[in-house]
Amino acid sequence: MASVEFVPRQKETEQVTAHVIWMTTGLSCDGDSVAMTSATSPSLEDLITGVIPGMPRVVVHNPVLAYENGQDFMQAWWDAEAGKLDPFVLILEGSVPNEEINGEGHWAAMGTDPETGQPITTNEWLDRLAPKAAAVVAVGTCATYGGIPAMANNPTGAMGLADYLGWDFRSKAGLPIVNIPGCPAQPDNTTETLLYLVLHLGGLAPAPDLDEALRPRWLFERTVRESCNRGGFSEEGLFATEYGADYRCLVKLGCKGPVVKCNVPVRGWQSGIGGCPNVGGICMACTMPGFPDKFMPFMDEDRWGGVASNTERFTMGPMVRYFRRRNIAKKYDVEPEHRTRGRQLQTGYQPRHYAK
Amino acid sequence: MATVEKPREKREVLVKEMSWDPITRIVGSLGIHTEIDFANQQVLKCYSTSMVFRGFDIFMKGIDPRDAHFITSRICGICGDNHCTTSCLNQNMAYGVKPPKLGDYAFNLAETADYMFDHAIFNDCMANVDFCEQMVKETNPSLLAKAEKTPAEHSSIHGYKTIADIMRGLNPFTGDFYLETLNVSRYTREMYCLFGGRHTHPSTIMPGGCSAHITHQTMTDYYVRLMRYFEYVKRTVPMHDDLYDFFLEELPGYDMVGYRDTNLVCWGAFDDPDYVDYDYRNMTEWGRRRFVTPGIAINGELVTTDLVEINLMIRILLGSSYFEGWENEETYVTQDPLGNPVSKDHPWNKTTIPKPQKRDFADKYSWVVSPRIYDKRTDTHVCCDTGGGPFARQWVTAKAGLLDIGYLKATGESLEMHLPKTASMPEMSLTWKVPEKSNAIERDRARSYHQAYSALVGLYNLEKGLEEVRAGRNKSWNSFKVPEEAISVGFHEAARGVLSHHMVIREGKVANYQPYPPTPWNASSRDVHGTPGPYEDAVQNTPIFEENGPENFKGIDIMRAVRSFDPCLPCGVHMYLGQGRVKKVVHTPTGLA
Repeated sequence: MASVEFVPRQKETEQVTAHVIWMTTGLSCDGDSVAMTSATSPSLEDLITGVIPGMPRVVVHNPVLAYENGQDFMQAWWDAEAGKLDPFVLILEGSVPNEEINGEGHWAAMGTDPETGQPITTNEWLDRLAPKAAAVVAVGTCATYGGIPAMANNPTGAMGLADYLGWDFRSKAGLPIVNIPGCPAQPDNTTETLLYLVLHLGGLAPAPDLDEALRPRWLFERTVRESCNRGGFSEEGLFATEYGADYRCLVKLGCKGPVVKCNVPVRGWQSGIGGCPNVGGICMACTMPGFPDKFMPFMDEDRWGGVASNTERFTMGPMVRYFRRRNIAKKYDVEPEHRTRGRQLQTGYQPRHYAK
Repeated sequence: MATVEKPREKREVLVKEMSWDPITRIVGSLGIHTEIDFANQQVLKCYSTSMVFRGFDIFMKGIDPRDAHFITSRICGICGDNHCTTSCLNQNMAYGVKPPKLGDYAFNLAETADYMFDHAIFNDCMANVDFCEQMVKETNPSLLAKAEKTPAEHSSIHGYKTIADIMRGLNPFTGDFYLETLNVSRYTREMYCLFGGRHTHPSTIMPGGCSAHITHQTMTDYYVRLMRYFEYVKRTVPMHDDLYDFFLEELPGYDMVGYRDTNLVCWGAFDDPDYVDYDYRNMTEWGRRRFVTPGIAINGELVTTDLVEINLMIRILLGSSYFEGWENEETYVTQDPLGNPVSKDHPWNKTTIPKPQKRDFADKYSWVVSPRIYDKRTDTHVCCDTGGGPFARQWVTAKAGLLDIGYLKATGESLEMHLPKTASMPEMSLTWKVPEKSNAIERDRARSYHQAYSALVGLYNLEKGLEEVRAGRNKSWNSFKVPEEAISVGFHEAARGVLSHHMVIREGKVANYQPYPPTPWNASSRDVHGTPGPYEDAVQNTPIFEENGPENFKGIDIMRAVRSFDPCLPCGVHMYLGQGRVKKVVHTPTGLA
């Protein structure tokens, strides 16, 4: 074999094995894991077969697709705790309940304690594993910020991972918690961030650039409005009055897109297909720390959004619309006049010098 | 096995406690705790536990009812869209709104795509990993040796020469059929997203209809993927038949793995917009027009297909779950809209009061309650299961004999399915006969045939939807007002079985919202009368065929029994403890343990 390397230190980095300990036993629906199986950029197979040159070998321990059961499956958890898996990425899916108020029971647990025969709580696992993990990832809005199980009047005291471990938490490799919000997290956002972290652990990429809510900046810096294919309608002051057949801007029907950081309108839901306002569904703000409480009722217009959309509707919008429509109809929707039959060439062609 | 009468002798009966916690390749948290008699190769006792509680029905009290579908979708990460749909059907009843026909077709197209996705990924990336070469080598090496020599009957259709070749195709992340299915699960979810926006928590499924902007392009994108799926299904069903028949033939008695009496529930699915008006008072009629017929089977007899009667037979019991009773709480509904009396144990009247506590298998050990069917003929609470969804749906639909859309027809004893020609394969006909037994293999087989069933219902609704779009009727949503007071119910089928949402609205807000997914029916714990739940019952009936002894026991037959129900427990199962704790060693003559 020639000793060509496609990335620096390829031979060395490909020797690293990064384990992914993926806990779905927060207060979760497993939706982030299920959605992840539909990812294509990269796919789960891409990750575990190492399609990118130089990427460390990835071993994913996730209950939704694992071959092993019971103790065989739990072995990775015991090994991670014993320091035998290094490095490993700890992923939490689901919100963290408050086990200080659980009476003598549990709100969320995984595996059975061999000593007591009682379930081991998810919080106990977090306490054991987080300090040993090279990177800690919260996937889905439940794990990142609390999400639906943490809405008002919930009995479990649910919260996000950073609320539990502390917003200034640093992993063994010095990284803050990495949040990938979304309900569920957009499939490619999950696998792509995971790939990035694995490359970082292999020394091939810098630490991920995270914003104040610990989201990867390159995925979450734009709002839904800033990337929505219906955004142009709002610029022209045109708003849908019914769901479905009316394809104009949805804010008056409850879409929260103008104030929501999410890349689904750009990326689509899977393989570029689907999404929310780009398909016709209102954005319900499922990626946001204030979700769901601050956005309910979902189908009502946001008060400030209403002010903004009325301004668009009654000031700039009609003017922009009038001149654009006129320009389109009179100019851009009409072919240049020289495209015609006849014995005279009308294109302005001159064989000896260029037109000025 | 039992052909030779062995002389009676004193021998050791070794009973071990074995636990598998968690059970993987399902959605959610499930533990199975058993006592196994290794001398007689039998499971003696089984407890199924779930270890996660979130309290949806608690924090939904007081919210705007129009938020219910957005919130309840989040109950489950694989049946989220089924919840969302059920909630919208429920809200349609409460608000008295009927969507335009295209809206109803859009619901059906989205949900058939969901079944196509869900049954594919669960069959061949989760459940059938229990039948893959790697697994069979570890648990039943002599069976694998036979499989290597056994030609597959339908190899000319699916391309696998021997049964062992099929098993190799199912090896996780290396088998070609496993990998193909993973990709099938992607484009079928694309089909879902065309109408639902996102999978599994949709953005466009609404009370009043579908908010996707539906055009010719939407229909075309769906059509080409659907035809690709038909081609896949034509290979899938005969391949599964070959695999499952091999187990039944080579391991006599395998039809007792996961066996239970045929006690089934099915709420029906896919309303026909020509008949449905979402009015409770007419639910008996429009329920019977569904493309999956609702019904209840008790001891192998179809006792009703009437959704009103079905609604009134539902009871929620406690017994082994971490909740307090609601005898002293408010009664929300005394009569249904037809004047029929409603029980205090009915979902409309349930109040959820969680009480977390230590797990004790002699008392409380699960977060899953115990839904039952009240049979007034015998004054008993019958423990029914969903057969993992397809088994009950096909059983009821076939027996009822009401469904006929030409290429899909119920005969009273079977379902006749005719699949259209596809890129490289001619038309194909399939017949699913009502099986004699309700067991693991037949649940798995039904799921395979249901892939074809769902695709055919999808095709029918696509053609009907196209008529609307071609006629320019592309409105898919109608407006409504939320009433001050209402009681309502949505009946639907999640991929893995019955799904109901019961709602009470007061002063324009949710006063009570009770979702009952398939899992409480299947994974339920022992009820107040001591009746075990279906997983428990099915595992307790399971003979052990695994060749490993107690030292390296995998519990594969138990895994197959449990997974045949397509467990989904974001609402709880777990298997752990390795070599097992010896519970008791007793001396008793063989066969009398």
